Order: sequence, then C-alpha cells, then structure tokens
Amino acid sequence: MSSLSERPRNPDVGQAIPHESADLHVTGRALYTDDLTGRTKDVLHAWPVQSPHAHARITRIDTTPATRVDGVVRVLTADDVPGVNDAGVKHDEPLFPSEAMFHGHAVVWVLGETLEAARLGAAAVEVDYEVLPSILTTAEAIAAESFQGGQPRMERGDVDAALASAAHVFHGEFECKGQEHFYLETHAALAQVDENGQVFVQSSTQHPSETQEIVAHVLGLRSHEVTVQCLRMGGGFGGKEMQPHGLAAVAALGAVITGRPVRLRLNRTLDMSMTGKRHGFHTQWRVGFDADGGLVALDATLTSDAGWSLDLSEPVLARAVCHVDNAYWIPHVRVNGRIAKTHKTSQTAFRGFGGPQGMLVIEDILGRCAPLLGRDPADLRRQNFYGPGQSTPYGQEVTQWDRLPRAWDQLLRTADIANRRQEIDRFNATHPDTRRGLALTPVKFGISFNLTAFNQGGALVLVYKDGSVLINHGGTEMGQGLHTKMLQVAATALGIPRASVRLAPTRTDKVPNTSATAASSGADLNGGAVKDACEQIKGRLAQVAAQHFGVHAADVRFDGGTVSAIGSKADPIPWAQLTERAYFQRVQLSATGYYRTEGLHWDSTVMRGTPFKYFAHGVAAAEVEVDGFTGAYRTRRVDIVHDVGDSLSPLVDLGQIEGGFVQGAGWMTLEELVWDESDGPNRGKLTTQAASTYKLPSFSEMPEVFNVALLPHAHEEGAVYGSKAVGEPPLMLAFCVREALRQAAAAFGAPGTSIDLPLPATPEAVFWAVEDARAGHADGAVERGDRAERHVPDQPGPDAHAPHPRSEELASEPAKG
Amino acid sequence: MMGDVSTSTSARGPQVTVNGTSRSLGQTPSYLSLLDFLRGQGLTGAKEGCAEGECGACSVLVARPDGDGSAWVALNACLPPAVAYAGQEIVTAEGLGAPGDLHPVQEEMAQRGGSQCGYCTPGFVCSMAAEYYRADRAPGTATPDPERGPNGFDLQALSGNLCRCTGYRPIRDAAYALGSPGEDDPLAQRRTAPAPGAEATRVSDGAHEFVRPTTLSEAVALLADDRETRLVAGATDWGVAANLLMARSPVLIAVDRLPELRELHETGEHIEIGAALTLSEIEQQLAGRITLLDQLFGQFASRLIRNAATLGGNLGTGSPIGDAAPALLALDARLVLTGPGGDRVVPIADYFTGYRQTIRHPDELIRSVRIPVPLAATTAFHKIAKRRFDDISGVAVAFALDLQDGVVRRARIGLGGVAATPLRAYDAEAALQGRPWTLDTAQEAARVLGATGTPLDDHRASARYRTAMLRTAVLKFQAQTTSEEVDA
Repeated sequence: MSSLSERPRNPDVGQAIPHESADLHVTGRALYTDDLTGRTKDVLHAWPVQSPHAHARITRIDTTPATRVDGVVRVLTADDVPGVNDAGVKHDEPLFPSEAMFHGHAVVWVLGETLEAARLGAAAVEVDYEVLPSILTTAEAIAAESFQGGQPRMERGDVDAALASAAHVFHGEFECKGQEHFYLETHAALAQVDENGQVFVQSSTQHPSETQEIVAHVLGLRSHEVTVQCLRMGGGFGGKEMQPHGLAAVAALGAVITGRPVRLRLNRTLDMSMTGKRHGFHTQWRVGFDADGGLVALDATLTSDAGWSLDLSEPVLARAVCHVDNAYWIPHVRVNGRIAKTHKTSQTAFRGFGGPQGMLVIEDILGRCAPLLGRDPADLRRQNFYGPGQSTPYGQEVTQWDRLPRAWDQLLRTADIANRRQEIDRFNATHPDTRRGLALTPVKFGISFNLTAFNQGGALVLVYKDGSVLINHGGTEMGQGLHTKMLQVAATALGIPRASVRLAPTRTDKVPNTSATAASSGADLNGGAVKDACEQIKGRLAQVAAQHFGVHAADVRFDGGTVSAIGSKADPIPWAQLTERAYFQRVQLSATGYYRTEGLHWDSTVMRGTPFKYFAHGVAAAEVEVDGFTGAYRTRRVDIVHDVGDSLSPLVDLGQIEGGFVQGAGWMTLEELVWDESDGPNRGKLTTQAASTYKLPSFSEMPEVFNVALLPHAHEEGAVYGSKAVGEPPLMLAFCVREALRQAAAAFGAPGTSIDLPLPATPEAVFWAVEDARAGHADGAVERGDRAERHVPDQPGPDAHAPHPRSEELASEPAKG
Repeated sequence: MMGDVSTSTSARGPQVTVNGTSRSLGQTPSYLSLLDFLRGQGLTGAKEGCAEGECGACSVLVARPDGDGSAWVALNACLPPAVAYAGQEIVTAEGLGAPGDLHPVQEEMAQRGGSQCGYCTPGFVCSMAAEYYRADRAPGTATPDPERGPNGFDLQALSGNLCRCTGYRPIRDAAYALGSPGEDDPLAQRRTAPAPGAEATRVSDGAHEFVRPTTLSEAVALLADDRETRLVAGATDWGVAANLLMARSPVLIAVDRLPELRELHETGEHIEIGAALTLSEIEQQLAGRITLLDQLFGQFASRLIRNAATLGGNLGTGSPIGDAAPALLALDARLVLTGPGGDRVVPIADYFTGYRQTIRHPDELIRSVRIPVPLAATTAFHKIAKRRFDDISGVAVAFALDLQDGVVRRARIGLGGVAATPLRAYDAEAALQGRPWTLDTAQEAARVLGATGTPLDDHRASARYRTAMLRTAVLKFQAQTTSEEVDA
C-alpha cells in the first residue's frame, strides 16, 4: 500500500456524511455569486446586445440611443478594453467582436442602475450587420472543410489488413447531439475594485485561476492585481470551466471604468444562447469481428462540432479519441479526429469531456452489430473486455483489467438478470403493443487531465493556537462534495475531529496557479495537496509531542483529537494543547501543500503514452418499457455496480453516481438541442433555449427502482486514501438506457432486427424505430463491408453473415421474444 | 370563505407578510416578480433557475383558503407580480427553519443527501413542505404506487421542481420518510385560521399600474380603460412574457380572487367551474367527478403551476397547445363570457378563431366554464410530450365516447397541437358514431383523424410524428378501453 493511499486508524474518510453545506442549502442560507448583489452597495447591472445573425460582419454600432435611456450608465465596447480584447486561452475569442460568429453572440454590454435600465438600454443600441454565409451542421462543415485546431490520429496495428481478413465487417455512421449543462445556477460574476486598484471578482467559476488570468489580460493587469473568489456554484458540469472568464472580464471592465461594483448574471435564455455546451460528434466507422464475435479492428473518423472558437475542443477531441475503445480490447485501431468550425456557441467541457462521445461510438457499434452477428449484445460486450497484459490503443496498459468482469458478474447476480430476461421474454410475448428491453453496458474511463501539466494541486492549511484548523485548496465546490471530502481528508490526516476543521472559500490569493476543478480530478489533486500540507504540520507537531513524551517522533500517534505515544506511560494530550505548546516553541503551524500525479506522460503528436493515473470502472443495467403506440417509455429499473476505489465519502459518491447516471440518461433520451438550420431569418438560433423547450429529466424520468452498489475490494494505490475519482464516469453508465430502448424497439420486429437509434432517443425517435422494426426494414443502418473492393480472396462471401441471422441462432438468446 | 375581499389597503401602503414579518411593497412596479421582490429584500433562498415556472427553484409557500381554514400552497415566485400578493402571507425556505433548528423537511433533505449544489434545494424544500402540511395527506393504500409514498406523499407535489445533480432518488426518499407535523408546529397551527382575503390594490410606478378590483362589475369597468389592459389570474403565462420577452402592460388587472369567478357548482344541466379557480382547486373540488379532467390534471404542467393557473387563463391566452382546451372540446364545454352588456354563453368549439385569437372581445372576461351533464362514460386524455411531468404537448388528444352495447352512440374528440387553434375532430367523430367499438372501427377513425389538422415541424415534434400520433391515439384508446392487454 502506498503512503498516499494508506489510511490511518479511525479515519474520517470513508464515513457517509451529508454535504458540508447541507444545512445551509436546505435553509436557503447558502450564498451563490448573485446572492451577493443585494448585499453590495451601488451595484450596476450588465446586459448584452446579442447578434440576431449566425454570422455577420458588424458594420456600425451606435450606442447613443442607449445612453439616452433612463438609468443607463455606460455601454462597454471594444474601445474600452485597456488590455487584450480576448476571452479565450487560444486568442480566438474576441470579447467585443467585430464579426458576430453565432446567433446570440454578445456584441456590446450595457451597464444600468437597474436590470430594467440595462435591458432597455441594450434594446436601444443600434447595430448594423452585413450578413455572411454560415455553417451550422457537422455535415455542412465537412462539406466545406471548415475545420479548426489539430487533427489527431491514433493508430495501432494494421487496420487495413485486419479488416481485410476479418470474418465480419460492417460500416456505418453515428451522430450524437450535444447537451446543455443546465446547471441550475446560470453564469454570474460580481466585480469590485478596492482603494488600491485591486480587482476583486466573485465568479461562478470552476477555474478561478484562469478566470483571474483572463480578467487580468483583458484589463492589462498582472495576475497579482486580480483576485477571483468562488463561494460555491449551483452546478458546473464543465460548463463553468472556460465559459465564466469573458463574463467575469466584462464585469471587471465595467467596475474599473465606472468605479462601481458590476453584476453580470445571465438569465436562462442568455445562458443557453451564449455559452458553450457538450460537443456533438459525427463518426464514420468500419469495424471487423472474427468468427467468434471478437473485435479485431476499428477504423473511425470522429468529427466534433466545436462551434465558433476552439475553447477546449482539442483536449475534448483527444479524450474522445482515447475512449473509443471504452472497455474493449481491439487489436487494430485507427482513429482520426477533427474539429468542425460552425457558427454556433463555442462548445466546451461537459462531464466526460469527449470521453462519452468516444465511448458511444463502440457501444453504438456493438448495439447495432450484435443482432447482425446473431449475438446477445451483453454477451458480445462481456466477451470483448480487456484481459491481462493488454493495453489501450494509445499504449497504456490496462492493469486493473479484472475489475470490469468482476463488477459485471456481480451485477448479473445482484440484478437477477437471467430471471428478469425470462420475465421480459414472457411479457413481450403477451403484449402486442408494449415491449420491454434490458441492457447492460460497461464504463472504463481514464482519470487525469490528458495534458500532463494540469495534474497538480495546491493547498494552504492553517492551524491556529487553539487547535482549530482552516483549510484552503485550489478546487471549487459545485455540488460534487469536494469540500466535504477535503474536510474529511484534513481530519483524517491530522487525526482530529472533523468539527475542528473549517474550509475557506476558494480564492486565487490563497492558492495560486490552480488547475480547473474538472476531469473528475478535484479530490485526487486537492486531496493529495491537503494531505501533504497536513502531514507537514503533523510532522512538526510530532517533534513537539516526541519531546513531551520522550519518544521518537515516529512513535507519536494522532487520533480523534488526542495525541499519544507508543510505549509512553504519560497521558495522551489534547490536540489543542499540543498546538499551543508548538506555538510557544516557535514551530510553524501553517503549510502549503502540493501534489503532482506521478507516472504520467503523453505525446499528443502521436497520441501515445500513459496519460491516465488509473481507470474508473462501472457497469449498469437498465430495463425499459416502450409503448408501441407512441414510442413513449419509462425506465422500470436500473442497477449499478461502480468502482470508486475505497470511497472517501460514500454518501457523496453515491450522489455522484446516481446524479451522473440520470444526467447521462437525459442526454441519451430527452435533452435535445435544436438549432434553426433553415435559411429563414432565424438561421442559427437555438430553438430550445429555455427550460420549457429543453427538457431535463424530472422526477418522472427517475428509474422506478434504482439500486447502486460500490464495487468492493477496490483500493486504488495511486490516489489519496485509496479512493478513485467519481465525478464524470457515472454519466456514461446511462448508455444502457439507450441500449435497452434499442432492444425494446427491436423486439417489435423479427428476431435479429438491428436498430439504428438516434441520440437522443426521444419518444418520437423510438416510435420511428419501432415502426421500422415492425415493417421489417430495420437494418441498423449498418452495411457490410464491400468485399469485392477489398480484394481479399480468402474471405467468406457476403452471405456468411446475413443481416437477419437464422432463427436457430436465437434459441440461446434469452433477451429476445 | 373564498374570495373574501377586504376593501382597502392600510395607510402604510400595500404590505406582504413574509416569514411572519410585514414588508412594504411600496411602489413596486407591476412587472417585478414576487421572486425578485423577495431577493431584493435579502431573502435570497429562493432562486431564479429559468424565470418561466419550469424549474421550481423559486418555490415559496402561500397561505390559501381551505374550507374554514387555510392551506400552505407552493407556487413559483418567479411568475406573479409581487404586488399581487398584497395582504398575503408567504413563507420561504429561510422561514421554515435555520441551521441548528431545521424543519423536518429540511432535516430529511439534508441528512439523506437531497442537496448537492444546493441551488434548487430551497425550492424543493418549499414544495415538499406544502405536501408535508397537506391536510388530507394520509398513509397510502394497499396498492403500491411508485409516485406515492407510504406516508401518503404525492410525488406530483415535486413535479415542478428540477434538480440537475442528485438524480432525485434521495429527494424522493426524503419525501417518503416525512412524518406528520407536530401539534406545536406553528405552520400546522396556522392552517386552522382563515387565509388572508384578497386585498383591493392599486399600485403604480407611474408607467405600470397594477389593479386588483374587488367585484366583477368593477373588473369589467376597468376593461374599458383607454390604456391597454391585461387580465391576469395566476400570471403563469404573463409572468413568462414579462420575464423573458420584457412584456410590460400599462394596466394589469388581477381577477384571480374575484368571488364571482371562484365558484364551482352543479345544476341538472351542467357543472359550472369558475374561471379563476386554480387547476388544483378544481381538481380538489371536483374530486374525480369528471374522469376526463382527472386524467388531464396530472399531466397539466406541474403542481406548482396548477396551484396558480386557472381555466380562464389557459383559455384566455388562446394558445393552440394549452392542455385544457382539447379536454373541454371533448366535453363539449361552454364558456360564459362577461362584458359590459352582461353574460353570453359560447360553445368552446366556436371560441378559438386563429392563432392566439378568440371571439372574446377586449372588454370581456371569461367568467366560467360549463360542462354539460350527463358526461360521456368512456374518456381518455392522451398527451404526447417528451417528458411525463411538466412538459408542453406536441400533440394532445381528448376522447369522450358514449358506448351502448359496444356501439359508439356519440363521440367527441378534442385536439391540441395540430393546428393554429385547438380543434374538434368532427370527421373522425363521424367515423366512429354508430359503429361498433372494434379495432376495425378504430382503424378507420385513425385514418380519418390522421388527416386532421395541419401539424407543423418544430422542436417538440415533427409534423409526421404529430400525424402518426393522431392516428395511433385512437388505436391506443380502443386497445385500452377494450382491455385486450393485461399485465402478465
């Protein structure tokens, strides 16, 4: 066991406790950025003027009509920017653009004494546009070769030869739509300037250090002149990793220019029409199986729909490419990636960060091809899991290959899969207008930022004379329970009750140069840093205690707020007595902690290396029921076994698993970004830009039965106190919902029916899938490879794998009716 | 008890009681929502998540009349004008409890992991508290119902609250674990006293006036104002326009507490439902008497919306996708319109004239809805939407059949979402009438119904799907009413 992962006696980590702010949440006392507005004097309100065109050159801006509106104080334009007029890290996101790049793009910002004044002022600003041609869909971008950023290629083995010799070859296309984060708290920033010119921005941001950097460069300041604080966020999900920066910069610019606090809060319409979302992906693929159903080769081209600027699209694509294998050993792999530039919001990080879009490719392939291979999809998946000694297409060994089979087999038992399949078969045989489906899917997700440099964390731990402890760390709290875990880590590391530890809000003047709280890494990185700081202090205190007890420092024990020594007859002393004693002995009671993830390396030019510290795993089974009249469905039961290592905080982890699953299920089934792709006057407008049109899962979409288990015996050597990251991986567990819908729709047709199910699989999409299955012309939109062109003489002919397998092959397939 | 109208505001100007403390509404402009008012008062527990009554982060409790006493009713604070609550009593999450002194609802939510980011939590707490205090909440029956807890908690109470973090399971567990209020619970005790009556109100910021008249005749007189007037009841439609589209009206006339519009009674010929009764009140007072409406209620927006929205408002907007219209068309309802010349009664089938246009004159208001009796015995309300709770219909189909010896004697079908107005499907009705209620008849009617209306493609559904849903609705209705499909 490593010293990082080893737990002391009676650790506070591992206890199931509520969120550290739960009492504040439920009583309405927890403060979010915009709640500070009413607590701040003389605040100005900011509102944008948005482009009504998807792509247009701005030929004239007249702000004078706005300044005549009662209560309007100022209109911020590009001319006001003292530093760099750019809000991105790639310098491709002008804060005040001269060319509108998407429908809803903020052109200028109006500051008003009231929100009403700012809104009326924004309506009065006159902007002339010269409309330019726009590209909205991935297909349009591919046709126009409208790409941006790098085009990575990951390759292993000889894909062409393997496809040429494969027993079964299929090819097809797959498109997944994006997803709106829909954090309940929309973007917000509140900026002030103090008497000394220090800029203080409170921002709902997952990445305070980068918000600080962008604010500084927009204002032409250095980083030490800007402080960013984030009390907490009302949800982030990746949507506040990059997107807050420009908004914070506008507020800060307004504060610097007017000398008054400026509040910028996007309402839901602005938030949805202006800020980035999960990338949609288009994939073209060709896959080969051997005669037994083993994957032999995959050739895929992934095109992400990035919107108007790069943002995080390159690392998102890299993670997608690195996750096309999901849980499966594919000997020969070639994946090309490219980033489409379209006139839409700049798509960004979203829980999973490209991983889900990559993993969906292989899961979609298996779901569509299994019936054509005459195989049960679950068995086909299980068969292709990684085995010992195998490595990913980018060259990282899958050392914990045994965890998925173990979780899978546990799920088969605990979810009573075999019996339920028989029940479903009986149900489907007796219900002409209703079908049920039950599907299992695995998740294997790499943990660490692909870019090695980001894998560092910092902390500042202060111990006061009275023994009370205040911890600061670089991570932000967005509901994921990071602060709760950090309190538990500190209490564990110092051997004191959690009640003796408090946590201060995340601020850039406490811990500098932090990484985004992202990539599920918050607890790993900041936990390592908090533990490091605590252990430095504890080491010093151990020296003080050793003197007291007359023992070697290594024999001092910290446990439950008392300090004792092995083999000493002296009474244990309270923690607070020791800290006071240390003070008078002039021993430093504070420490900065630091953590860097060891053993990582990554060469992005060839897409090879060991980018991940470890993999998180999980398996899920969903049972759905589909109404053949409407395509409407419900999720009857979901069972999950998930690998969180040795959980730091089981209630928090359970919440992440359940919440991630339901959020993923929303993306799979319900949540639909619809852009006006017509040539009409609203071309490029997001038509689902409100809660009334973009539907999140509600109570009615929650699985009726929902069982979640943590995988036992899952210690992780490479992370703090043996735990694993949990933020993102559970989202992908929800793939099983879509696969269950695919199977239920297929059950309306003949055995062997392969269904091409759109994503999201809305009731309408499922209805058409059912209609296709019933009509008998569903083929999963999968076509077999054209042998003639490939000149592979020793291959079985096309008839060797008929699209609709013979019925006797189905006798052993319990899931089908 | 209902609509007990006091006639004047106090000398201090309009006040609202929040968490037991009286607060001045002052010169609050009529477009300022109750939510923004509360937040401006420093009560920032209630949040804005969507500003259109979809997410429930702004849910607060309001004391409403209930028999001789009152009930705590949860609603979206983001929609109604703050000044509409002059004289009323409101409780927010801050008023329910405090750290160290948590309310039972707050305790369950906190302990069970019901909050993650916490932003939606105060709203959930208020919605849950309303159900906690529901007087007729009682431990459930023997039949297991996934949407009703063993403590009688109706999950519909949370149908208007969205959470993006938890996946809802711990929130459901918290709701189902709640006990009953203790006798010393002040909010439980408050239910035994009458709710505040409506308070005559006239508030203006100079450009935007809010008026709450006390009588119907006063309201009708106000409609003759030279300025552009706007009627509001629950403001669940108006509030969205005010928040998101910056709709502003020189004169808002609140009619939701007019006693003349809040009666529900039955004659030998019809059941008459006051236009200003909320959907929740109608549901409660009808107590299942109109099966078709009972099927509608659970699918009509959310409980939070139903606690404010009225039939008058739902029909007054003239929306082609309001869910009440198809059901009322199938019930052959009549609308009573009141204007300067008195009442007139119009069949609902004649009411809608175009997209958001009706035969109602600008100086008229909807007084009540009359539903003829006897009612058709075989009815169904089919709502096609992405989400089962709180969604807007892509297509809505309401059926009302009179069957005799297996033959359709009379059929009425109301449609929403397939044309610029809600529609009666006369041709499909004709295809059913006089025919045996068999699959063959249903298939013929399905063919006819599938050719009804002029469905459009939009973000909710394609035209093709809408057409298909008209077709399959008849087939599903036939299958359901002939019970061929029984759970194994």
